[in-house]
Amino acid sequence: MFREDIIIHIFSGWRSFLRKCLFRVLRVGPIPSHIAVIMDGNRRYAKKKKIDDTTGYDAGALALLHLIIYCMELGVKYVTAYAFSIDNFRRQPEEVQKIMDLTMESVMLLTWISKLRSVRVHFAGNLQLLSAEIQDAAKRLMESTAGYNNFVLTICICYTSSDEILHAVKKSCKEKWDDGIGIMGYDKGSDYELLIKVVDIEKHMYTAIAPDPDILIRTGGEYRLSNFLVWQSSGCHLSSLGTVWPEFGVFHLVWVVLDFQQNYHYFAKKKLQL
Amino acid sequence: MDFSNESRVLHRCSAQVLDIGNLLLLSLWHLVHSIISICNFTLDIANVLESYLISSGLLGRYKSLHIAKLRYLAIVIESEEAYQTSKIIELLQWLEAVGVKHVCLYDKEGILKKSKDFILENLDGAIWFQVLSYWQPSIYAMQDAHENNVLLDQQHMTLEFVSFSDGKEAVAKAANVLFMKYSKSGVTDQNQKEKIFTESQMSEALKTVGSGGPEPDLLLVYGPARCHLGFPAWRIKYTEIVHMGPLKSMNYGSLIKAIYKFTMVRQNYGK
Repeated sequence: MFREDIIIHIFSGWRSFLRKCLFRVLRVGPIPSHIAVIMDGNRRYAKKKKIDDTTGYDAGALALLHLIIYCMELGVKYVTAYAFSIDNFRRQPEEVQKIMDLTMESVMLLTWISKLRSVRVHFAGNLQLLSAEIQDAAKRLMESTAGYNNFVLTICICYTSSDEILHAVKKSCKEKWDDGIGIMGYDKGSDYELLIKVVDIEKHMYTAIAPDPDILIRTGGEYRLSNFLVWQSSGCHLSSLGTVWPEFGVFHLVWVVLDFQQNYHYFAKKKLQL
Repeated sequence: MDFSNESRVLHRCSAQVLDIGNLLLLSLWHLVHSIISICNFTLDIANVLESYLISSGLLGRYKSLHIAKLRYLAIVIESEEAYQTSKIIELLQWLEAVGVKHVCLYDKEGILKKSKDFILENLDGAIWFQVLSYWQPSIYAMQDAHENNVLLDQQHMTLEFVSFSDGKEAVAKAANVLFMKYSKSGVTDQNQKEKIFTESQMSEALKTVGSGGPEPDLLLVYGPARCHLGFPAWRIKYTEIVHMGPLKSMNYGSLIKAIYKFTMVRQNYGK
């Protein structure tokens, strides 16, 4: 019940009141519909605070919880978080297990939050790489929240963009095959029929339930996407912050949204073109 | 009657209070944005000063770049600025002077592709790096050899020209190549089918359709904001993406700083 006390505390009190006033000012301008985050820097935070990595990841999970609540208050409808990459399986098995244990705990907490605030929770990625227990819990949560559309939270777990694109291409091929469309008399050269189109691939993406992000935030001071939403970020404002993820707070979010508002007309024009 | 008059007065008062409230909020919003603009302006001046110091060689740490670490550089240019070919040629000349050998130029609408001949003519010794689409297996080896020869060439700068059509549309074309393999693999052979949808197969399929260039180590964005504008997604999975500002305000010092910062980066690749 410890984390549930934290959630109740975030929603109440004078800090909440001040935050809502600040967000009211922000809402005079355009608010992003979808914010994506690469939660980088948990281990650096743990090193800085001289705590173990597990506590660092715990702090990171708490920061995500805060972000979800702030976004709901601000009027952001979609949040996508890069929780665990397929590449992260290369880490030490003990570290991977700690992250998996935290994932299970987070699924339980999200189950509670989703009922409190009608949040749809979606897990995007190759879920078959997860243990059966986490897979079942995640699937149950997705099914139980499928009817909510007030706020959509996508947790990218066992995810990379390259795996997502390949998965979408594979599903598109199987769909065309099952529809009885083969490539008979296929003409090798430039004048062939494009049976599979971009729209076919996009509808099979793991993250297809959300529109393309308006802002993609990476903490930890790095400037790369690390195989996250590379397909969906064509017209997206890429924001790199020096702060490590567990220290990401309301003022960082405000700063990022203000930056987005400063460039809003440019990005709105780009979205129409793309 | 008194009651309806009172409610009308109350309604008018609350509407006025609401208007004042909205005006106050709007003023606060504009005030915050003005402060942000002043901060950004101050930062821009600081950057210009730093760039001047870098260009004049007064900042020692930027004098020697480990340029070998930068094997492939991509430059994204806002299409409206892509018409400024003289600026682009100047930028490429700076890169050549620094020792960058392989550059990919991208703009969404393909303006740079149309200016390719002009750019190559005005850049001494530059070679056009083209990924040819090929369908006959015999050409695979020729293309690989061509690619290796061009990319290993340290004498001349190679230039690749890419646009939005080399991104998502190219992946769709590559998907059709994989579908062709899927269709031909035979219905019962599931293992064979699974082996078709791998990263290496996708990379080969992209080469087949003429969109299979190397993954850039660093991508410099020249435009109003930090956004890759649809650069081929398959190629920027682990690419460092740096915003350089508008092309019209490009300067040598910022370029050196961006390359220097890249050479200091250490990637874990998930570990």
